[in-house]
Amino acid sequence: MTDLYQSQRTMRNMRRAALQRGVIAILDVGTSKIACLILRFDGVEDTRETDGVGSMAGQSNFRVIGAATTKSRGVRFGEITVMNETERAIRTAVQAAQKMANVRVDHVIACFSGAEPRSYGLAGEWDLQDSVVTEQDVARVLANCDLPDIGEGREVVHAQPVNFALDHRTGLGDPRGQIGNRLACDLHLLSVEAAVVQNLLYCIKRCDLELAGIASSAYVSGISSLVEDEQELGAACIDMGGGSTGISIFMKKHMIFADSVRLGGDHVSSDISKGLQVPLAVAERIKTKHGGVHATGMDDREMIEIGGDSGDWDKDRRQISRTELIGIMRPRVEEILEDVRARLDAAGFDHLPSQQIVLTGGASQIPGLDGLASRILGQRVRMGRPLRVQGLPQAATGPAFSSTVGLCLFAAHPQDEWWDFDIPAERYPARSLKRAFKWFKDNW
Amino acid sequence: MQSLGRASPLRRDPAPSRWAYRMQRLWLTPLFRVTMRVGLPAFIVTLAVGIYLSDQARRDAFGQNFVEIKVKVEQRPEFLVGLLSIDGASPELADAVRAKLALALPQSSFDLDLDAVQAKAEQLDAVASAKVKVRTGGVLQVTITERVPAYVWRTDTGLILVDATGHRVAGLADRADRADLPLIAGDSADTSVPEAAALLQAAGPLTPRLRGLVRISERRWNMVLDRNQTILLPAENPVEALEGLLALNQAEDLLARDLTSIDMRNEHRPVLRLAPFALEELRRAQGIAPTESKT
Repeated sequence: MTDLYQSQRTMRNMRRAALQRGVIAILDVGTSKIACLILRFDGVEDTRETDGVGSMAGQSNFRVIGAATTKSRGVRFGEITVMNETERAIRTAVQAAQKMANVRVDHVIACFSGAEPRSYGLAGEWDLQDSVVTEQDVARVLANCDLPDIGEGREVVHAQPVNFALDHRTGLGDPRGQIGNRLACDLHLLSVEAAVVQNLLYCIKRCDLELAGIASSAYVSGISSLVEDEQELGAACIDMGGGSTGISIFMKKHMIFADSVRLGGDHVSSDISKGLQVPLAVAERIKTKHGGVHATGMDDREMIEIGGDSGDWDKDRRQISRTELIGIMRPRVEEILEDVRARLDAAGFDHLPSQQIVLTGGASQIPGLDGLASRILGQRVRMGRPLRVQGLPQAATGPAFSSTVGLCLFAAHPQDEWWDFDIPAERYPARSLKRAFKWFKDNW
Repeated sequence: MQSLGRASPLRRDPAPSRWAYRMQRLWLTPLFRVTMRVGLPAFIVTLAVGIYLSDQARRDAFGQNFVEIKVKVEQRPEFLVGLLSIDGASPELADAVRAKLALALPQSSFDLDLDAVQAKAEQLDAVASAKVKVRTGGVLQVTITERVPAYVWRTDTGLILVDATGHRVAGLADRADRADLPLIAGDSADTSVPEAAALLQAAGPLTPRLRGLVRISERRWNMVLDRNQTILLPAENPVEALEGLLALNQAEDLLARDLTSIDMRNEHRPVLRLAPFALEELRRAQGIAPTESKT
């Protein structure tokens, strides 16, 4: 635990160094594509008034100066399975982005979609010593949160204080300087499989890059595709990727739950491939060109050439109607959405005041998906696209890039996490010196 | 049947190799870029020149070449000076200047030291100033301003012509050659020529009788008139003393009398020295001396 805690602090320092240099790379390692953006920071902006404990990691304006996407290789379910292949794919993306930006980047912030994220809600309490909340008190109340058993071989990627309460008053964003007796805090903790993160770290290290931050893609796609009032009032973001579907629930501008379903668009493609006896690439093409989830009478007459490369005339001249294609796709999409529904129910999403659901990610572009999703997930479903950021190429503005764009925002305005706060003083060796100094001051 | 469309089943890997990736990153490093684009060429050029010049023989040959080219350019006919032209001087002085300069013409104008030529020309006494320049057509033009003789100075060794500032102009064989110039004499008379000029100016009516000025003890002037009359002038304010004498002369017609000298050194009391005959006559008139003693 302490190891990861230290490494997260190191990453924060790395991020600060990158901001000072002004250039940082964003790497989204997905199942179907690897995207790399290069951001140039224009200088530190004044800290904007925000809810929460301000931004301690510093904020900045940025602009995208390089962007590259490459087909992902060696990644399944958002987890790296073939390290060499993934490393080469990362190298391709980073090199192309560097070439476009004409600048060398050394620091990278990465996100990944798999690794079975599990979220925990933590609570801690602390009796204040001199009735005014200081930074040390905030640090102590965070340290007092008792860590649940997150399981063997799992590590913490996000640990964000969501809420502070002072005596009977709750919902405080920044308790520092306030007067009370008892400080309590709620912490949202997201743990992932350690081995998956280690693999990713290893791949990035093999590319001569330094990791300046790591994030779960469910979280960052929520940042970019939920609008401000949705984040404030409560909403769920469903990021339908290639190999996995990420779920994140936001409330009061904090993520309070994240999960992922290990099903995605690639499974739809493989269903088509198996059902129609075509190669995976052809299945992918047919899915994107003709795919859908609602069959109408018109679709019976729309015939799709499947083709084939066998040399057999009958096999190469096969045709199917669009209805058949939809018949293959729909059960799988329904399965994904039902799985998502089950996760949301388990998280208690239906108790939230706002039931807004936002679908984003590459697989959410299937025509008619919003109709299907509103049947399964609830009435308030909309399709989400990522926020516009400066300098982003037109090709990278679709829903498939919502986690990439979210990672840019995460790089520029990271939410305060546990490791951004002070270390409690009693764990600090320098404290003894301070105490000696105090003793001198009191006795003379 | 194998399809012809799949002739190359091995697709090229789009990923850069590890080394290509590293080289590209290295190339994008600003310091490295500057080093390679500016530093390396500069280093190579410096190294090549350094290696070439590290050999003494090559260095010498290089210097030799340079000198040869320089000489070749200097010796071109466009830069040769073949003629010395002297203006503003009498023929004798011009010959003297020519002999003094002793230039070996034709000579390249790069080798001519015009300042030295000027200094050499001005060493001649008769030359007040000289201007030297190289004119087009390979002519070295020396324009000379001559000293104008103003006085004849009689010294122990002979006669010397001096100009208005007292500088020597030339020697003189015979006083009669330059009878138009006033005569001065005495040791270092040349150093106080301006004073002599003022006295001559002030002499006025005495000018026809004036024989010359004599510097006494390098301090004061004597004015010598004909009939061996001498006017002794003081060291201070000689002009005022002379003017006083002239006034006296006008009133008393002093100088026409039989005097040998008039001493004006004491401004309140001019002292006359009579000629022996006049003195005797005076004494006789006063009854001091026997009128006809010793007949």
